[in-house]
Amino acid sequence: MKPAAFDYLRTENVGDVLEGLTQEGGNARVLAGGQSLMAMLNMRLAKPKLLIDIMRIKEFRQIERKADAVVIGAGVRQAELLAWPDLAEALPLVALALPWVGHMQTRSRGTICGSLAHADPSAEMPLTLVALGGEVHLRSARRRRRVAAKDFFAGMMLTARADDELIEGISLPIVRDGRFAFREVARRHGDFAIVACAAMRTPSGVRLAVGGVADVPTARDWPRLEGSALDDALNGFAYDLDARDDVHATARYRRDLVRMIGRDLIREVLQ
Amino acid sequence: MTRLKADSRHLVRFKLNGKPVEAEAEPRMLLSDFLRHQLGATGTHVGCEHGVCGACTVVVDGMLTRSCLTLAAQVDGCDVKTVEGLAPSADRLGALQRAFRRNHALQCGFCTAGILMSLDHYLSRNPAPTEEEIRDLLSGHLCRCTGYTPIIRAALEAALSATATEESSDA
Repeated sequence: MKPAAFDYLRTENVGDVLEGLTQEGGNARVLAGGQSLMAMLNMRLAKPKLLIDIMRIKEFRQIERKADAVVIGAGVRQAELLAWPDLAEALPLVALALPWVGHMQTRSRGTICGSLAHADPSAEMPLTLVALGGEVHLRSARRRRRVAAKDFFAGMMLTARADDELIEGISLPIVRDGRFAFREVARRHGDFAIVACAAMRTPSGVRLAVGGVADVPTARDWPRLEGSALDDALNGFAYDLDARDDVHATARYRRDLVRMIGRDLIREVLQ
Repeated sequence: MTRLKADSRHLVRFKLNGKPVEAEAEPRMLLSDFLRHQLGATGTHVGCEHGVCGACTVVVDGMLTRSCLTLAAQVDGCDVKTVEGLAPSADRLGALQRAFRRNHALQCGFCTAGILMSLDHYLSRNPAPTEEEIRDLLSGHLCRCTGYTPIIRAALEAALSATATEESSDA
């Protein structure tokens, strides 16, 4: 199918974007890499009156390393972050998860922040943001605010972003001496995950974050667990995620995957 | 700032395979349709129109791009490469295209233009790929005829012949 008609606004100035969002509100959508939004437009699942292209705004194209976090601008493409020389050292979990995002042909255009704005519950970048406890930087003509990952995702493809707000970037904490693991199961490499898991060692134990099961990616922390205590904890988590049957997999299969992948990854990071 | 009105057509200009082109498009016109309908460059095929099948893959400013997930207006001023730009002249195939023919890497040919663009782009940056890397790249394309094996063979052969040519010209 083809998109419904919209006005197209292209600008090099953030002020124009904020003004457009203020004027049009929910009728405006921000276009970055387009790898999620354009598909939504083609299928007419989204019918904005105004599309605001932000990819010619230079200040959004930056990856900035600070003392304890990396700030990724709204225009940074997935392939650009994957090619960032500091990635494996500063953000090892992102280095593990990013190759699972779509395909080389979509990572070349798709942005990190666009994937977060789309908020597909089985997508890897929302899962990574939640696992690391990152923050989303929102900006409107009225104010700027930062929202923690766990508060940003409000439901399937729903976020805490207000209609007049733009995601101008995200920050991901740099975890020193961390240990991370990532794995997902999909029908085909590059498809949306049936279940995706990220694990990390924390000062008090371990954290497991799961995508593809609940409406939003969900993380849980435990002290160091082993043996049947770990099995029980994982089983409880798998049920709490409230998996549902769909065309891709049954709820039971999803719970199985959470238990199995969860156990493997937790062992890997606690080794 | 440029605001293009939904209900009118606007001039879009870019370089297509090195040559400047221009035509009119509504803001909602996809690059895939612009190439085919406005410019008559029908080598780029349109399959699923939501970025999954890879048939419409082109290269924009050095980036692999699903032309069905890109608006014509977005590529204004850009450098676009399509399958029409692969052959060195009208009566000669490029090395990758020859390898496709030798290895029966296409049957109906619908997916081929997109796959050629992905492989041409990838091989120009990774001249000695492994089979695994080629398989990963091809995961971004659907082919319902070949079963992919001949495509992988053609890609590896094209890479090998390009490297061999370079070595012999060095010597």
